[in-house]
Formats: sequence, C-alpha cells, structure tokens
Amino acid sequence: MKYLDEYRDAKIAHGLAAEIRRRSTKPWVLMEICGGQTHTLVRYGIDDLLGNSVELVHGPGCPVCVTPLEMIDRAIALARRPEVTLLSYGDMLRVPGSGSDLFHAKAEGGEVRVVYSPTDAVQLARTRPDRKVVFFAIGFETTAPAHAMAVLQAAKLGLKNFSLLVSHVLVPPAIRVLLASPKNRVEGFIAPGHVCTVVGCQEYQELVKEFHVPIVVGGFEPVDLLEAINMLVAQLEEGRVGMENQYTRSVQYQGNQPAREAVARVFEISDRKWRGIGSIPLSGLRLKQEFAAFDAERIFDLAEVRAEEPSECISAEVLLGHKKPTDCPAFGARCSPEKPLGAPMVSTEGACAAYYQYRRHVAAV
Amino acid sequence: MCLAIPGKVTQIEVKDGIRMGRVLFGGIARQACLDFVPEAKEGDYVMVHVGFAISVVDQDEAERTYALLESMGVLADELSPEEVVPPKA
Repeated sequence: MKYLDEYRDAKIAHGLAAEIRRRSTKPWVLMEICGGQTHTLVRYGIDDLLGNSVELVHGPGCPVCVTPLEMIDRAIALARRPEVTLLSYGDMLRVPGSGSDLFHAKAEGGEVRVVYSPTDAVQLARTRPDRKVVFFAIGFETTAPAHAMAVLQAAKLGLKNFSLLVSHVLVPPAIRVLLASPKNRVEGFIAPGHVCTVVGCQEYQELVKEFHVPIVVGGFEPVDLLEAINMLVAQLEEGRVGMENQYTRSVQYQGNQPAREAVARVFEISDRKWRGIGSIPLSGLRLKQEFAAFDAERIFDLAEVRAEEPSECISAEVLLGHKKPTDCPAFGARCSPEKPLGAPMVSTEGACAAYYQYRRHVAAV
Repeated sequence: MCLAIPGKVTQIEVKDGIRMGRVLFGGIARQACLDFVPEAKEGDYVMVHVGFAISVVDQDEAERTYALLESMGVLADELSPEEVVPPKA
C-alpha cells in the first residue's frame, strides 16, 4: 500500500499483514473503538492491506462525535453570556450544534477560547476574577482525570468563578449496547490503549466473560494495530476467547491508580445521551453533589434544549459500526469537513473525516 | 482527543502543591502535571494527555511514537503550539 510504505516500520507491518492473511480463514469482523485508531488504520491503508481476511468496522470512540447536540447548544448559550468565558479543546469549537457552533458564537462577540489543558482554564479563572470561566469538559476515561484534577485544584484555590460543563462518556457501556444489538456483526474488539492506560483492563475482562467476545487492548501505531488484529485473528481461528494486552508499554492491568482515584473523588456514574446513539444508562460521569459549586449546569440557568439531527446524516449507523462512511449517500457530496452534516465529519477523529481526508470519497463516486 | 504524546521530563517542581514537569516534545516544551505518575523523575519519558502525564514509557518507544505522530501531522492539534512554553535560559 502506498501509505504504509511511507511508514518507517513498513517491513514489520507488511510481515504482520501477511501473517494475518495467512492465518485468516474467513473475513472476521473486528472493531477498533477509538477514533485515533480509526485515523491510523485509514491513513495507512491497513484495512485495504488486509484484503478480505478481516473486515474493520469503526467504533464510537470519538468524543467530539458523541457529544450530544443539546450539550453543544448549552455551551453556545453559555458562550453568549457577557460574563462568561467558555473554553474547550479545539475540535469542539468546530462542531455544529442545532443552529450554530462555538466559533460563530465567538465571531458574534462571545468570549470563546481553545486551551490545551483544563489546568489552563483554572489558571485563567485565577487571573481573571471578573470572568465566569466555564470549561466544556468532554471526553472518555482518558480525559476524566485531568478534569477531576482541575476541579480539585479550583476547590483548593477557593475559586468561585470556575466551572465545568460536563459531557463525559464511558467506553464499556457503549460496547455493551453494540454487542446486545441484534444488528451486531462484530466478532472481536481492539480496546482503546489510552483509555486503558487510565482505567486498566478489568472492565474489558468482564466484557469478554459476559459476551464471549475476544478483546485486545491496542496502541495507536500501524504496527500496534496490526499486532492487535493478529492477536484477535489468532484467538478467533483457534476458538479462544480472552482479554489480551498488546499495548504493554503504556497499559498496566490495574490502570493508573492515582488517576482513577482523582476521577472517583470528583465524579459519579450517571446516565448519558450519546449523539447518534441515544441515551445509555450509566454510560457517563457527572460531578458529585459535593462539587456542585463547580458544575455549570447547576450554577447557570440553562433552559432545556431539544435538538434534532439532520435527517440525512447516518452517523448513528456509522458510530455503531453498522455502516461505513462511504455507505452514506451524502458522503463527499453534501457532507464534507467544510460543510458537515454530522459530527463524524467534523472531528479529526471522526470516521467520516478520516475517510474523506484520505480520499476514500474518490472511490465512492 | 484520546491521543497521548510522549515527551521527556527535563525539570520537576512543585507549584501550588501540584507536581509539575517541564516536558519536551521534540522542539516544543510544555508544562505537564506529574501527579498521576509519582514514579516519574527527570530524564524519564512520559505519555502526556491534555497536560497530564498518564504513564511512564521507554525512551526508544517514546521517540518512535513521537516521530510517527509528527509525520501524521497530529501534534499541532494535540499540543496547540500557540501556547508554547518559552525555553528557560
């Protein structure tokens, strides 16, 4: 493949791909959960390289993609308040809500800023006591410890002008929804390496037991992903079902204990709505009552917002791995990163954006 | 967003009760919180996600991953270069 040949470990990657093709007796359907992994797979043409030995479907692990429209609308409403400075990660600013996006709120005079870390937001609140600083805290388990520490730091500093607009989701409940669906075709999962760096592997071990499906925790490089796929195919061909860890250089079985403790101290598990998927019980985090003073949804009077997705967008099917981005009639035509119909085309980790960026739309026409 | 970038810890100090490290990502230096990796010391390589080190990794692995992320063009998004920490004299 032309993309993979640019990679410095191309020889090892080609060797692994040959091993997978040799080993596989049927096109096993495997899902990578994390959008960062989707990006690598498509960028390096790994799915093409494996031919029909494996079918890769892309999972819901793009935090920007699954943040519900209502939360984006709430963030925009906050950004329009004259006393509020709204901060978040870069990707979040480009995602359309039901009527606008945060960049437009900024152009209309709202104080909206991109920050690298939630600690930058705490710092800003400290130096600007005249502003109500709200950090739009989105993400999976990887980002939660950073948000927890920001709250602990703000509490320690006695800040009264710092809060989080929390839209936190958890990976395992989404995998359960996928596996319980009658439409599920996924026979093995690559679990997200950085999520597992934080939370460890135990929850994934439980999923393996509950659903009898192999799971391999994988890294983010082409060789990591090929190795994880090879481990999954080996299990499937040998009729084994287990939880294995490919990404041992970062992931320990028990995860990162101090990070998990910070999350447990600040957050509690709650129901969450996922964009494109709907409400999933106990699939996210919210701030504990003890930290209500840092919860933007409790501090500000945010009207209940109901929002509808554009009817043509098939992001739900894409996020659940039922369809590929190129199955969408709007893909590359009425939907592009410049004019997105849905979030997977906006975020750099969205499957539609990855397909678009690496020119799969050419093949689809 | 769930990417973590490997970098080298060059200096550690405690600020406001938080253990912070100056971490070098290629030519870019940033402050990262080291509270989740109490074992990390100066000279170690850590995986950093949104300003927090989440694991300590081997140097060779870290350098290889960094080179790959750089070639993929994802570092600008993750490290937001407009807020680069100026190197200390």
